[in-house]
Amino acid sequence: MSSVAPAELPIGKALADGEAAELAETQPGSKAARVKKRLTSRTATIVSLVIAVLWTIPTFGLLVSSFRPAELINTTGWWTIFQNPGFTLDNYADVLFSSSSSSPQLGAYIVNSIAITVVATLITLVFAAMAAYAFAWIKFKWVNWLFIFVFALQIIPLQMSLVPLLQIFSNWLRPMQAWLHDIVPIIPEQNYLPLWLAHAMFGLPLAIFLLHNFISDIPADIIEAAKVDGATHGQIFFRIVLPLATPALASFAIFQFIWVWNDLLVALIFSGGTQDVAPITQRLAEMAGTRGQDWERLTAAAFVSIVIPLIVFFSLQRYFVRGLLAGATKG
Amino acid sequence: MTTADLLGKILQVVMGLAVFAAVVGLLIFFIDKAPKKGRDYWQLALFLLPAMLFVVIGLVYPAIRTSLLAFQNNSGEWTFDNFIWMFTQPAAIRTLINTFIWVALAPIISTAIGLAYAVFIDKSRGEKYYKVILFMPIAISFVGASVIWKFVYEYRSGDREQIGLLNAIVVAFGGEPVQWMQTDPINTILLIVIMIWIQTGFAMVLLSAAIKGVPSEQVEAAQLDGTNAWQRFRNVTVPGIRGSLVVVFTTISIATLKVFDIVRTMTAGNFDTSVVANEMYTQAFRASEVGRGSALALILFVFVLPIIIYNVNVLRKQREIR
Repeated sequence: MSSVAPAELPIGKALADGEAAELAETQPGSKAARVKKRLTSRTATIVSLVIAVLWTIPTFGLLVSSFRPAELINTTGWWTIFQNPGFTLDNYADVLFSSSSSSPQLGAYIVNSIAITVVATLITLVFAAMAAYAFAWIKFKWVNWLFIFVFALQIIPLQMSLVPLLQIFSNWLRPMQAWLHDIVPIIPEQNYLPLWLAHAMFGLPLAIFLLHNFISDIPADIIEAAKVDGATHGQIFFRIVLPLATPALASFAIFQFIWVWNDLLVALIFSGGTQDVAPITQRLAEMAGTRGQDWERLTAAAFVSIVIPLIVFFSLQRYFVRGLLAGATKG
Repeated sequence: MTTADLLGKILQVVMGLAVFAAVVGLLIFFIDKAPKKGRDYWQLALFLLPAMLFVVIGLVYPAIRTSLLAFQNNSGEWTFDNFIWMFTQPAAIRTLINTFIWVALAPIISTAIGLAYAVFIDKSRGEKYYKVILFMPIAISFVGASVIWKFVYEYRSGDREQIGLLNAIVVAFGGEPVQWMQTDPINTILLIVIMIWIQTGFAMVLLSAAIKGVPSEQVEAAQLDGTNAWQRFRNVTVPGIRGSLVVVFTTISIATLKVFDIVRTMTAGNFDTSVVANEMYTQAFRASEVGRGSALALILFVFVLPIIIYNVNVLRKQREIR
């Protein structure tokens, strides 16, 4: 049967193969059914191919354009690349390394994005794991209600927090940042602190919920045995719970990493927008607004900004999908 | 960026991590030295302390304060003006209408395409690669996605060659190029397309996992009864994945209600494209209308609430059935 399926559509072939095996078990010889199924699977193949192509074209077009010289980008469509060939790395060199004041100078913003994302993810992860451990393993009367309350906090949209949190930060955190700047002048007055704290605050409810699901599944025997051996809660947490919860920690870490890296709203409000602090998304959004016609720069900058989360995503995809499934089906 | 700048940034991160490690170490120290009397109580409190502190300062108190601010004007007097503004001013009403259009279109289309795709590629060869193609936009920021699509929607005036794909297609079919982002109402629709492009992969991955969870005996039994593929899909697969469908649909609905980055990056809310979340930012942080911004944030919360209640109810019923 597989010889009938068109060779250039591998997916259709696979479908046909699978169904042939299936049919052999259930109803051998029902030819009409087989023909009908092949027809539907062929339509299915074409439709899914069309969707896949549609979904890829926009990104592909931008990637191709980012390697074309400026005058070609601005006068010809990227799909005419074979009629109007041209390849250059100048766009990337310009957005990343050029120090002229007109270029986007993305290097500084990438460093900011990394600094913001790594620390914010770590804070969220550790504090959430501690809270999840307490919720799961220390028995206390009101603890379940408190857990439900924290879980319910996920329904508060970010927008509800922004104005008051900014007020709190400017009243309490600003003096501390100024003080830090006075002691260690190399640290700018605008620093990462507000972004670290804000991202951790907004990420905690979901993190606690996901990690709690996992940590409460650790067999009670293990914890009890450690207790009998005289381990304190601090020791149990670091030596037993954290190592056992590594898969869940990894899933959430990827989540939080991608979420923080891709954030724009929190950055707009708490970063101050300078080269000292602002992440690359904020810079890119600014470029799209003020220099929306500089396609040679925009295309390269866009790719610089999406390449790191894409690397994280592709290398740790399995954890990411697992986290997504756990989060969505249990929530 | 000078070397000194870079050193300053590295120093900040190192200092931040050091302070953080010290805080955690101190907490663990106190946890292990907790008084014997009511020991579990103290330990619990200390384990929860940092997270609770963050959540109270970052979410609980601000949510309450925003709810109050929504009923105050800029000089702090109590008033309903912010809501009167929201439901009477044409620009504000347009913002609400746009938000409804977003919620009416993006979740249903993303879920439908994601479901169709998940069904079509199920058990096919190369399923993994098909999935990655659709799923990849999830890792791309909304800002990055906006730039990608801004390029597709690019407009060139006059007889100049179009470099945006959409206008190139229009011209190829003999049409006049359109300034997509400036043309109401097509601009809102085209912004929604970006959201669909991002969210379909999410829907596809969750639904694909759910489809694989449908017991194969049920599908085979239906096959023996002589049903066709569509009947099996309608009567076996869809009921089997109903819970996941609800989760996907509601999750995308909530994300759509809160959509900000796309509108901000593409049009900044101009040309009648603003939505509640974008207007909230514009009012509170650009126009210094904190009351109006807070009222919009509160409305957003009110919109999100029934969706979540529905979601929780469906999940609970599903669990009871099982």
